[in-house]
Amino acid sequence: MAIRVFLLLPVFLSSAIVSFSLYEDQAGLADWHQRYIGKVKHAVFHTQKTGRKRVIVSTEENVVASLDLRHGEIFWRHVLGTKDAIDGVGIALGKYVITLSSEGSTLRAWNLPDGQMVWETALHSAHHSKSLLSVPINLKVDKDYPITVFGGGYLHAVSALDGEVLWEKDFTAEGFEVQRVLQPLGSTVIYVLGFVNLSEAVVYQIDSKSGEVLAQKSMAFPGGFSGEISSVSSDKVVVLDSTKSILVTIGFLDGDISFQKTPISDLVEDSGNAEILSPLLSNMLAVKVNKRTVFVKVGGEGKLEVVDSLSDETAMSDSLAVADDQEAFASVHHEGSKIHLMVKLVNELDNVLLRETIEMDQHRGRVHKVFMNNYIRTDRSNGFRALIVMEDHSLLLLQQGAIVWSREEGLASVTDVTTAELPVEKDGVSVAKVEHTLFEWLKGHVLKLKGSLLLASPEDVVAIQELRVKSSGKNKLTRDHNGFRKLILALTRGGKLFALHTGDGRIVWSMLLKSQACERPNGISLYQWQVPHHHAMDKNPSVLVVGRCGSDSSAPGVLSFVDVYTGKEITSSDIGHSVVQVLPLPFTDSTEQRLHLIADTVGHVHLYPKTSEALSIFQREFQNIYWYTVEADDGIIRGHVMKSSCSGETADEYCFTTRELWTVVFPSESEKIISTLTRKSNEVVHTQAKVNTDQDLLYKYVSKNLLFVATVSPKGAGEIGSVTPEESSLVVYLIDTITGRILHRLSHQGCQGPVHAVFSENWVVYHYFNLRAHKYEVTVVEIYDQSRAENKNVWKLILGKHNLTAPITSYSRPEVFTKSQSYFFAQSVKTIAVTSTAKGITSKQLLIGTIGDQILALDKRFVDPRRTLNPSQAEKEEGIIPLTDSLPIIPQSYVTHSHRVEGLRGIVTAPSKLESTTHVFAYGVDLFYTRLAPSKTYDSLTDDFSYALLLITIVVLVAAIYITWALSEKKELSEKWR
Amino acid sequence: MAPILRSTSLLAFFVCHISLFFCFFASNLPISSGSEDSYTITGRVRIPASTVIGHAAKFSNIKVVLNGGQNVTFLRPDGYFTFHKVPAGTHLIEVNAMGYFFSPVRVDVSARHHGKVQATLTETRRSLTELVLEPLRAEQYYEMREPFNVMAIAKSPMGLMVGFMVVVVFLMPKLMENIDPEEMKSAQEQMRSQGVPSLSSLLPASR
Repeated sequence: MAIRVFLLLPVFLSSAIVSFSLYEDQAGLADWHQRYIGKVKHAVFHTQKTGRKRVIVSTEENVVASLDLRHGEIFWRHVLGTKDAIDGVGIALGKYVITLSSEGSTLRAWNLPDGQMVWETALHSAHHSKSLLSVPINLKVDKDYPITVFGGGYLHAVSALDGEVLWEKDFTAEGFEVQRVLQPLGSTVIYVLGFVNLSEAVVYQIDSKSGEVLAQKSMAFPGGFSGEISSVSSDKVVVLDSTKSILVTIGFLDGDISFQKTPISDLVEDSGNAEILSPLLSNMLAVKVNKRTVFVKVGGEGKLEVVDSLSDETAMSDSLAVADDQEAFASVHHEGSKIHLMVKLVNELDNVLLRETIEMDQHRGRVHKVFMNNYIRTDRSNGFRALIVMEDHSLLLLQQGAIVWSREEGLASVTDVTTAELPVEKDGVSVAKVEHTLFEWLKGHVLKLKGSLLLASPEDVVAIQELRVKSSGKNKLTRDHNGFRKLILALTRGGKLFALHTGDGRIVWSMLLKSQACERPNGISLYQWQVPHHHAMDKNPSVLVVGRCGSDSSAPGVLSFVDVYTGKEITSSDIGHSVVQVLPLPFTDSTEQRLHLIADTVGHVHLYPKTSEALSIFQREFQNIYWYTVEADDGIIRGHVMKSSCSGETADEYCFTTRELWTVVFPSESEKIISTLTRKSNEVVHTQAKVNTDQDLLYKYVSKNLLFVATVSPKGAGEIGSVTPEESSLVVYLIDTITGRILHRLSHQGCQGPVHAVFSENWVVYHYFNLRAHKYEVTVVEIYDQSRAENKNVWKLILGKHNLTAPITSYSRPEVFTKSQSYFFAQSVKTIAVTSTAKGITSKQLLIGTIGDQILALDKRFVDPRRTLNPSQAEKEEGIIPLTDSLPIIPQSYVTHSHRVEGLRGIVTAPSKLESTTHVFAYGVDLFYTRLAPSKTYDSLTDDFSYALLLITIVVLVAAIYITWALSEKKELSEKWR
Repeated sequence: MAPILRSTSLLAFFVCHISLFFCFFASNLPISSGSEDSYTITGRVRIPASTVIGHAAKFSNIKVVLNGGQNVTFLRPDGYFTFHKVPAGTHLIEVNAMGYFFSPVRVDVSARHHGKVQATLTETRRSLTELVLEPLRAEQYYEMREPFNVMAIAKSPMGLMVGFMVVVVFLMPKLMENIDPEEMKSAQEQMRSQGVPSLSSLLPASR
């Protein structure tokens, strides 16, 4: 009986439903949240004399944001939908931010101070085209100055006040592409210049009040235009002809069109193809010829002359009126580790208004974009500030020769994440100093006690927070024995690798990926290259960064090996082949470098590291290396095996050819692959067996070679509203990737994607849409091994008549059976992950990234196929929750508590050394990190533990002992006297 | 749960009652724009003042999502939102607001009735006469701290230890005093003879 009670105790403890829960004053202790906006595309300054100075930006992550110009903080921001890319941004009436998005079909106005949407207008669009937004710069509420928008073949005039479409002009029939919309100041006539089929220039004069076409002139240009255009003044534009060798000045003064051709060879000697650069300069244009940036001045009669030329790595801003009739522009170029910012007058390029030199971090790369703004200094001269966007997507404000603020916007586009250990604290070099005396220590704990008893004043609460952060030492740069301090390595799309500290999220180091072969490699993925823990202990751990020159999958790859402790690149190499798939192998060499195979588009695989030792290890395991490829478009999954060394002249001994082993072909008329998933290769499974309530034993089918595949009918591959329940079905498969055998198939009629799944141990949980109920559903599938089910008898185990030690091979047909159950879920999901702990003992939680950009922690016991409507007493004791038709959403179990991880894309979990605790890192436009204990911290005292209460108790006990002792002494004495 | 539901339905009825003309408008929402089969869904998000806890809901932080992210729109100052160019069919609208839980809404856009909109809350299966979305419940993301409570302290293991000590220190001597001296003496002799003084052997003797 006693044993039974003892056995039941942990069961009882676990049956209490522990949800992640946090007190308000604990927020921010173990978690941090960072807000980003992404790489800036457009910037508009709003620097009125009164009020706060701000800059309105729109970014490649579809964010529109208002930033504080003094500190770079976000006043407000909105993340638009993923298909709602922003085409233009402007400020209207001095109080509304206007954004044009979705290829010129959605126009929105946001209130400048607080970011509240004021109006939204959907504009007609017939086809895809480039879109233009022009917002008049005047503060008057006047219908004479509407916002003009071109997009999808229509020109619209929209009132800035309420978003009402005043008039629209249909240009779709004529094949007319608007290039420029100009409205001379003080005039009610809008000039619309465009091309018809790139061979005819057409100018419309349109009355801005009524939309009436006042005049129309057209003129054919025999050579044809290339589409690149720069407007230089209110009545002139310069375009390139189709051969890209002749600049054509188009004058459309008073509706008359005139062409003036100037061959580039007349301007620059031995010129090649030219390219018109985007900055708008008055009466001047910037042309890129022969890797030089050439400034061409446009004279009164359309005459072109070269006034200056710079190296092509110069970034320029648009020109800006600085005085009555003078315009200036900023240019930034690099020189070593410095950048030079120059502001020049457009008319007199020799007149440099400002020349500043600023030390710049090498790992920010080159300057991509410059936005300039001027202000009047106290001595009435012009001051300039420049907002620059760097190659690594960071955003910096330069003013008075210094970087006023910088934002690491590269972190808004994280593509891959891994974690790494910090260095061990060396003896003698103690980082921690003994900062407090016993009195301070006591005072701190008394404060904490007050806090937990709700007796603390607001000042005390602040003091407690500070104390907690300080005392935990969570920001130190050394390893701790709980494994709470780690580095999060995040690779961004811009090709920069960041190391973030888990304690406070600061950037410990960052490194920009470099390549000889191309200018800017993209970051693709990250792998643990070397993790010394048995041998090679003197070596620092390192990671492998895989990049690519260009967005196409056949583009050549770039490898970079980075020391985790220092952030220095050990080596980098331009591998001559493309990168389709990187397969970390389960073998390491004597220095604990992990072997990796990289598959290219040709069908070859390449072994890394390229050492003879690695080759010999690989040759030994040559027959045992399998992998698979998924061709989602064709509905084919192929299994591959090694064949032989590459032949051919360019091949080296580390290149191998492969042979196809099996294929699974899904019928293209009925099934389309929408999701595939495998288990994480480094996942730890604690036990292979699962004990049932009736003392029955189930063996988990734990295989690293299982692939989860979800397919839908081709009709159901679209959005939710596009299909009826009868037309769509969802089928999921579990496929063995060694043999291509389908172990399990489950069909859901009347369901469709998108499917978000998570695969751990022997179970898969996936989320999809049920069209019949019109609700989202979550299904769990657990796989058990039937062949080992007989090993229950104790005698068999003792006598050794079991098959537990028999080798498990994928070649034999596994006898598996599955259990599954489905539940409703009340929200759309963006991604699902699962917690992972060091030994896999702690129960698991699903981390569901919801459409609201929050992360919900859901206990795995809620998605357990053994749940029944009325669990028996024994089942209840084991912690089985009565079956409900939908999964609960408990607000306290949002791990992100009151934060939103805007634009959430992925969740990464990593174990800490403490078994109960796991690191959770979520990335999107924002970053969020927290530490989770899915079954509470059963193996350590929490931060909340009140040492003061313990101390007081001991003191009271000791005092009581003394008092009783004294009393009894006294009593004994009086007894004796009696 | 139940009372919240009842109150929201009452409120919805109330809204409908005072703005009958709007109901009529909402049920006839045909704005066939541009092409034949694309329609406009217009609705409104309302947060009743009774459910506002702590931070007041800011409309600028609320997003309305169509079909799990196909379209995302924002609220106007009056709480209205619009989805343009929606094809006929059955769609799903979700409202994301920090601090509130909204039920997803099934929206049927009928092609036959020129874009007539029918809406049903999928969580409660309640059909809406007009597209006015209200939160099912407010969400509190933090656990509430228990206010200072003497009993909670006393119930904690350390409190129990202290309590027991207090009992021993202050009540035991009292008990000892109550014991008849003769009985005490005999008990003490008994104890000496047994050699092991034990509290349990003392206490029953006092009765």
